[in-house]
Amino acid sequence: MHNVMSLKTICLLFVFVTSLSFSQESMHLEEIAPEVEGKQDVKTEIKEYINHHLLDSYDFSLTSYTTDSGEHKYIGFPLPVILWDNGLKVFSSSKFHHGESVAEVDGNHYALHHNKIYKTDAAGTITLDEHHHATNKKPLDFSITKNVFTIFLVGLLMFFMFSGMAKKYKKGNMPKGIGRFLEPIILYIRDDIALPNIGKKHYKRYMPYLLTVFFFVWIINLLGLTPLGVNVTNNIAVTLALALITYVLTTFTANKNYWGHIFWMPGVPVPMKIILAPIELLGTIIKPFSLMIRLYANITAGHIVLMSIIGLMFIFKNWLGSSLSFGLAFALSLLELLVAALQAYIFTMLSALYFGSAVEEHHDDH
Amino acid sequence: MTGLNFVGAGLIVIGAGLGIGRIGGQAMDAIARQPEASGKIQTAMLIAAALIEGIGFAALFAA
Repeated sequence: MHNVMSLKTICLLFVFVTSLSFSQESMHLEEIAPEVEGKQDVKTEIKEYINHHLLDSYDFSLTSYTTDSGEHKYIGFPLPVILWDNGLKVFSSSKFHHGESVAEVDGNHYALHHNKIYKTDAAGTITLDEHHHATNKKPLDFSITKNVFTIFLVGLLMFFMFSGMAKKYKKGNMPKGIGRFLEPIILYIRDDIALPNIGKKHYKRYMPYLLTVFFFVWIINLLGLTPLGVNVTNNIAVTLALALITYVLTTFTANKNYWGHIFWMPGVPVPMKIILAPIELLGTIIKPFSLMIRLYANITAGHIVLMSIIGLMFIFKNWLGSSLSFGLAFALSLLELLVAALQAYIFTMLSALYFGSAVEEHHDDH
Repeated sequence: MTGLNFVGAGLIVIGAGLGIGRIGGQAMDAIARQPEASGKIQTAMLIAAALIEGIGFAALFAA
């Protein structure tokens, strides 16, 4: 009993002390920042920081700070920029100096404007139309951005993880190493997601995709919660690609029965069949669309809320508000851990459900 | 009126919250009645909640 109590006290003390040091840090930050604007300045800075975090970037920067002489220092590494502009142009993103200077490649000049690459003159002028959109020419962009880099990294990680795990099974039936952790999850996906939704006859065809998409989304969501600052699944293009694979697989593996249910619904009167056909056809597109939106919106909302609460620490500037937001951020991080796994599960589950409806055999009971 | 879309977003969140709350509550009832079927009920509950949530998010983005 006494042990438990003292453990609790230590935990409380730890939370208290860390939150105090956090609020002190925020005061320190306030001292460095110009005092003219005060709170408003910190607020806009936090807003800009969150917006910056939500966007993809051309370099992998972990953190940045401002020196006493007002110079911005970035810690991280540049990534290759690959452009197609009358020929392939490959150069390092360090040439942009984090958007502060114009990159010059083979006599062509490129500049960053709102995180997009535009072709400019040597001075880097960006002309804007009345809607504040840049009218400069945009070269075709195939750059290895932060998101692409992370996707490659996770792909490589998964390849080594699972091929190593598969090799271990050749020696015996007992999983070793990381396989002991992964085997129950893989069995769960097979027995509780694929088998009941797709059916015994066809589930094996879809297992590779279901396993891949589950682990890919899960690992990438978890990476988004680390201080690396990567956030791949809150880029709608990534979730669009994932949902598109589900859509293509559903459409091209569907049997006669599936299309029959869409275009000529059995068991209802003819006028109803005509009304139902366009609705069902629309439904086939809405299903993957909702997959895309769900993953994207959940992760984006989670990141925004988490970062806003962390940002509150720097706005409150007193020990009560700051320690409160510290505790809230901690609790929310735990919730986000759950959401990361839950969204991967939901994506896999719904994909399996759609595959199941595509290969369902004909029943006479309706 | 520029503020109306925020009112709409609020209504959506209320609706989605009520819907997901009802699903969760009913699932609790069902598990209490038949604890041995809790696995199946949980799965069905998560799917239904995810579908409502998807619509909620879609509407929020439109707002």
